[in-house]
Amino acid sequence: SSREHKLNFRKSKEACLSYIQDAMLQKQWERAAEFLTYYVESLEKDFSREIVGPSEMIWRIGSEILCHHSRSSMKEFNSFIEQMKTLRVKRYLKVCLEHAFHLLCNGLIDEAYQNLSVAESWRFGEQTAIQDKEMKLIQAYRGLLDYYSWAKQKNILLEHGQDGFDDLSVEQEMHSCFRKAAVNLKEIIKIPGVWDLFVKCYVDLLEFYGDHNEARQVLNEYAYNSKFPANPNAHVYLYQFLKRHGESKKSLISVLKILHDIVPSHELMIDFNVMLQKSKKRKKRRLGLEVIFAALDYAGWKENAKAWSCLARQMKQIVISEKHLDWIKQEWSSRKDWWPAFHFSRYLAKRNWQENERLSYEKALVAGILLGKGCKYFKYVSHQGCKTQVKRFRILKKFVNKHNLAYLRISG
Amino acid sequence: RDFNERCPQCSDVNWGLTDGDRFYCRSCHNVTERTREVVNTDFISNTRIQTISKRLRKQEKTDGGCEWYVCEGFQLVLKKQAEALEALGVSPQMKDEILCNFWRCYLQKSKQAYCNRPAGETVKALSVCDSSTDADSEPERPSLLHLLSLSESEGDLQTDCSFASSTSKVSESTSVCSGSVDGSLYLMKNQKENLRMTMPMTLSFCYMALLWLREPMTLSDLLRFVVEGHIPYLNVFQHFPEKMKLCGLDLKIFYVESWPVYEEVYNKMLELAEFLELPRFPDITDSCFLHPDMLCMKYLMEANLPDELHNWTCRVVKKICIGEADFLTLVPGNKSTRKVKYDVLAAAVIVVVLKLLFLLDDHYEWLLSDFAEERNKNNKEGGLYFEFKKWYKVIKCSLDVEQKKLDEERAKYLWRCEKPLFYSAKKKSKVLKRRQMVVNLQNQFGKLCGSVRPAEKPNPSSFQLSWSEENTDGSCFHGHSLKGILQEKCGLLTAMNPVYWLCTVKLCTEKTCGRVAHYREVDFPQSYHFVLRLFSFLLRIQPSYIHEEVCVIEHKLFNKKLYKKPKYNTGLRK
Repeated sequence: SSREHKLNFRKSKEACLSYIQDAMLQKQWERAAEFLTYYVESLEKDFSREIVGPSEMIWRIGSEILCHHSRSSMKEFNSFIEQMKTLRVKRYLKVCLEHAFHLLCNGLIDEAYQNLSVAESWRFGEQTAIQDKEMKLIQAYRGLLDYYSWAKQKNILLEHGQDGFDDLSVEQEMHSCFRKAAVNLKEIIKIPGVWDLFVKCYVDLLEFYGDHNEARQVLNEYAYNSKFPANPNAHVYLYQFLKRHGESKKSLISVLKILHDIVPSHELMIDFNVMLQKSKKRKKRRLGLEVIFAALDYAGWKENAKAWSCLARQMKQIVISEKHLDWIKQEWSSRKDWWPAFHFSRYLAKRNWQENERLSYEKALVAGILLGKGCKYFKYVSHQGCKTQVKRFRILKKFVNKHNLAYLRISG
Repeated sequence: RDFNERCPQCSDVNWGLTDGDRFYCRSCHNVTERTREVVNTDFISNTRIQTISKRLRKQEKTDGGCEWYVCEGFQLVLKKQAEALEALGVSPQMKDEILCNFWRCYLQKSKQAYCNRPAGETVKALSVCDSSTDADSEPERPSLLHLLSLSESEGDLQTDCSFASSTSKVSESTSVCSGSVDGSLYLMKNQKENLRMTMPMTLSFCYMALLWLREPMTLSDLLRFVVEGHIPYLNVFQHFPEKMKLCGLDLKIFYVESWPVYEEVYNKMLELAEFLELPRFPDITDSCFLHPDMLCMKYLMEANLPDELHNWTCRVVKKICIGEADFLTLVPGNKSTRKVKYDVLAAAVIVVVLKLLFLLDDHYEWLLSDFAEERNKNNKEGGLYFEFKKWYKVIKCSLDVEQKKLDEERAKYLWRCEKPLFYSAKKKSKVLKRRQMVVNLQNQFGKLCGSVRPAEKPNPSSFQLSWSEENTDGSCFHGHSLKGILQEKCGLLTAMNPVYWLCTVKLCTEKTCGRVAHYREVDFPQSYHFVLRLFSFLLRIQPSYIHEEVCVIEHKLFNKKLYKKPKYNTGLRK
């Protein structure tokens, strides 16, 4: 019908928008700017029921263009954003927040701080309550910047301290920053969410001022409160804190156990394994083996010599003691189908040998135990090693040959 | 002009006006004492006298505004449009006489002026924007929502800044107002009795006047000039005098947010002609621009097709008798004849001729082209034979470029103007603030456009594509010969192509289908679609319109064959 083809305001603006999008995707910023000038009059018809209305479009598109356009400046950007702030009361704080981010990304920390302060003091009837979340974020980021100031002051003091100078005003400033930061950081981490950076900063503050209890409580909450989303970093922070404060191995292990459950490939798994290997308890040592095997399931660990050496050491010990070979058998049963191709191919043997002798040594040991002296990886590496007359390879060869029976028991 | 008495001196009825606004007889120059009622086409506040309307004009409002009626607004619009047309070269007679008369006739017939107001109808003087006390005194005042929903809305006014506020949508209790005196009444009027005036209808008026004068401007030309900005349409109200304040429902009447569609304007024109009880329009003869022979020539040139094709279009026109004045001339109210769209008709004739000569079944035309190419290669002397393939490449290239430009233009329309539209004085400041922000943003990003300057308004021209034989690249096909595809039979030149395929075997009935034929691109050969696309671009209408006309022409052309026995059918294929 003729009605469908009628060109009206809405269709014309839709077309305009698609030209803008095309231009942006092709990084043709001048062309995008040109079409945007034709699009902006949509603001005069801005009460539609669309989810993303013209004012939001213009804010986002305009920001992108001003970010990338060669002739645009920070000043232009700021003036544009100020207009966007007035455009829609419902979005005021969000625009402020993103403006602050943009300033931070451009290294304008003081400006960002000012912006956040201004935003924080904004009040607008019931909107203030509705935009509560954004307000909290604004306060949190301001707190973060307060922390940043605090850290700067602290470093100044430390330097002066070394020189023997006492700077009272800096110290007072520092404490005031601390107070401001602490209040806001504490608030935001109460809300379930991912607040890694905030938590770290807050804990840093608490530790400096000696409030270890509070720090521990914060970290525990962050890691163990089920309302918070599962976050491996929470456990890492807790672990690091406990370690710093000389906590018992037992508590360290319990933290890392959870980390292992969430992220078996985490880099701390090496520390974990080392701790577990040393344990007197059998269960712990058993866990250690599980942990290191699990870590090496991941491609990112393939060339990690330290990890392999952990595994090698533990396996060697088990083989020598001839106790708990069944542990190895259990771990190996689910891996024997794919580890050989994954870790112990002839190609890898060659490459590992060329690139990292230590790695190849450790791996060869493991391969020799798991796959026997006939395995191609072991054969290649030990052969090469013996050829170059590196002592330990001869020892390796002997060892594997000696314990070939172990292999048979494992594989059988 | 509505003075119909016979002249006392010569008994003729041929009156004119002196400078002193007295009637004088044109035949014998007898000046009478009768003066006409002052009815200017100009709007002068306080001196406008609405004949036989007994209401007293209120004093000027304190805001500098004055009372004005909706029809006065439209009168201004028409005046502006007529002036623009005159600037484009249309005879001044259109503005000074024809359009005026049509308009006055309309006012009279629709009882807005020049008549007794029917006793029962009283114009409720709904007050202008800022007084809101009337809300209590008129409990039955129709709500804004109700009025907005009446008749199709031009665009979605409910989402417009001027009507809505950010905190609440238009509610039932929002009171009605308009800057004009009869704005709300205007919208409430029953559309059937009086043909209610709308913005698209102003173009119908213009076209009707052009047609009466048989000016060399088709409806598609007119609409194209409107879109290109040579004729005021969008935001014409910004040229209303300061004293005519527009707000509220006036916007629904005068503010448009879409370009008028050919069919809409055309059909309204027919309705209008009937409503005004106009007589048979002046005859369209073969010396008129609108006659298919003339228009075909023009379109052939524009489509870069050989001049020789004109012989063929004339032959087709003659064969199916569409060159007759009786067929072409508009007789308002005569429902039995199919009304003629001159531009579409001419384009369709050309399409039929192309089908006759080239078949356009995605095979034959390329075959013929190959033969022509061979001949052209081997034979340098004598004229070039027309090669369909070459023509196709040249046209496709140009068409794609122009279409792309047009598509971009469509995305670049600016619908708003400096004159703010606001529903009430309360909203005014908000609307102005928004407008200011829009202007700021336009400036800010305009600076970043770089070397891209805003395109100048194209000069109005009747031809959109032009081809010159002086071009050395051989891209002009006007002089090319059709020899390669014609043969002589019994002293007559006929096409070598022996077959023809009909676009449709049977025409639909308009009453049930709404259309005479339906078009789907996938059902037809690509060459056919290409040709439709070309004319669709030139005329700025949907390909289906042209296709419809093609079907009708084909049915006239092959009428006898269609109803004869099957053994005489020459290749009826779909």
